[in-house]
Amino acid sequence: MEAFVNQLPIGLSIGAVLLLIALGLTFTFGQMGVINMAHGEFIMAGAYTAFLLPGLFVPSLVVAFFVAGAMGLVLERLAIRHFYGRPLDTLLLTWGVSLVLQQLARDLFGAPNVQVKAPDWLAGGIGILPYNRLFIMGLAIASVVGVWLYLVRTKHGRRMRAVMQNRRLAATSGIDTGRVDMLTFFIGSGLAGIAGVALTLVGPVGPSLGTYYIVDAFLVVVAGGLGQLRGAVLAAAGLGLLNSYAEFWSDASLAKVIVFAAVIAFLQFRPQGLFTVRSRALS
Amino acid sequence: MNKTDVMNKADVMKKADVMKKAIYPILVGLLVVAAPFLMDAFRLNLLAKYLCFAIVALGIGLAWGQGGMLTLGQGVFFGLGGYSMAMYLKLQEGGLPDFMVWSGVEKLPALWTPFANPVFALATAILGPMLLATLLGLLVFRQRVRGAYFAILTQALAAALVILLVGQQGLTGGTNGMTNFYDLFAWDLAEDSTQRGLYFVVAVVLALLYLGARQLVRSRYGRLLVAVRDGEDRVRFLGYDPATVKTVTFAISAGMAGLAGALFVPVVGIISPALLGVVPSLELVVAVAVGGRYALAGAVLGAVVMGYAKTAFSEQFADGWLYLQGALFILVMTLAPKGIMGVIKRARTA
Repeated sequence: MEAFVNQLPIGLSIGAVLLLIALGLTFTFGQMGVINMAHGEFIMAGAYTAFLLPGLFVPSLVVAFFVAGAMGLVLERLAIRHFYGRPLDTLLLTWGVSLVLQQLARDLFGAPNVQVKAPDWLAGGIGILPYNRLFIMGLAIASVVGVWLYLVRTKHGRRMRAVMQNRRLAATSGIDTGRVDMLTFFIGSGLAGIAGVALTLVGPVGPSLGTYYIVDAFLVVVAGGLGQLRGAVLAAAGLGLLNSYAEFWSDASLAKVIVFAAVIAFLQFRPQGLFTVRSRALS
Repeated sequence: MNKTDVMNKADVMKKADVMKKAIYPILVGLLVVAAPFLMDAFRLNLLAKYLCFAIVALGIGLAWGQGGMLTLGQGVFFGLGGYSMAMYLKLQEGGLPDFMVWSGVEKLPALWTPFANPVFALATAILGPMLLATLLGLLVFRQRVRGAYFAILTQALAAALVILLVGQQGLTGGTNGMTNFYDLFAWDLAEDSTQRGLYFVVAVVLALLYLGARQLVRSRYGRLLVAVRDGEDRVRFLGYDPATVKTVTFAISAGMAGLAGALFVPVVGIISPALLGVVPSLELVVAVAVGGRYALAGAVLGAVVMGYAKTAFSEQFADGWLYLQGALFILVMTLAPKGIMGVIKRARTA
């Protein structure tokens, strides 16, 4: 029982990181059908931003959002927008981008991992809950609330939902879908930057930081349903907990296999993920 | 002009066409046969390695180019084949495999014992991947999970397998995998003649699989496969079951990857998780894209070209390769989505 309780914050904080990463992915994937493999490198960019701003942890969250967001924006404008409707091609394209960015990080910051010093006020914790993991969970919750408010309360968010549900109809109604795409990509990539800063609290930063999380984050998107905020939250929490308990009960090497099998089993009941936008369209 | 004239003209055209079409296979065949006389043992070994990758690429060409299933986990099947073969080779030496001694395993694990039999090992190398692919295909395709979802799932499988292999050190050799193989059916693997023989075996296997795959694509089944790629729902409305069509192709491509893995191990002399994870799996998909995904020959060509490019560039400037590789994908995907074969075709028709 004690072990069960001890694993809980670990699982939830893994889920929180996955959620921060998957939030961006689920919208770029859901709205534009883009599988952005370079998303992991936006996480890395966020983490290095925190590394470059030592002692400025909270400001680095904001800076990382804009750094990663700007990178996403450039990627979208220069390359991805020519690929709409070819999701599988965007996957390969963005993988090329991710390779280049990783090598760039290696040349700029060196191949070995670097450590970012966590701020003093995050040391310690309440009982079994370390402050740093609590902070990550809080950050994820704040991001979800922020995204939700953006989606339902702002006119940009409303446009975004419209484009996600029916791109052509949205365009016919006078929405500039290109601009909406840009903004979605900016916000989605920016969230990856925030996730990167959060990751510096739990581990070292290296050029291949993003690759460790990207596969799991995509699984969250698949299990949660495309472009679904609720789905992403539940799936991230579920996969995070499953990951940590599977690691604990079997061993670390089997955990990923168990998670994979669980996702496949889950898709037998919900092939479209937890939540879907209901539509009469065939595919 | 009377009717027979037209017929004769058509006949002549056909003959010229056949000649034209036969040139390339003959040329390639000559090159393959001449290769051992043109290069030293080291280069020949490299070529044999690329041809192993070409077999995997052929499978990807079949599943992705023809069937529209972007599989990012071919490394899994390649790995199952490779590890089966490596287990046989290790057991052939007699005694406990070296890495087991190092990691403190005292008795041969039960999982290993049947692999002392070469027939079992080779059968597992091919049938194991096919079985896994069939299972995964049925579970996934029946639920109409496809496209990007399928790609992500196969990638997750590749990631999971690598972690599993690294973690089970005593069974698999962990991160280092298995190496130091000495004999294959009593032939010394260090001998140049053995390696030359292996090269021919790989080349012949690749040629046979290529011809088989081409025949498959040209058959009724192949048309159905392409139809599924281009309009799965329409095919379903016509009364076919796209899930079965896709699963069969996916299983065939997995079997090819498994066989390629089994050939790779004696040729290269090592199998390790680094050879079959997310990155190597993706690299081969990109090689297929570079060669031209819609033509089976493009897949083979892409694997060999990218293999050479990688070796040549990483010999010159180690870090530059990643930039170049990345830039190459971006360029190919934006400027020539049909790859080298697409460019050749366009040049021919223009």
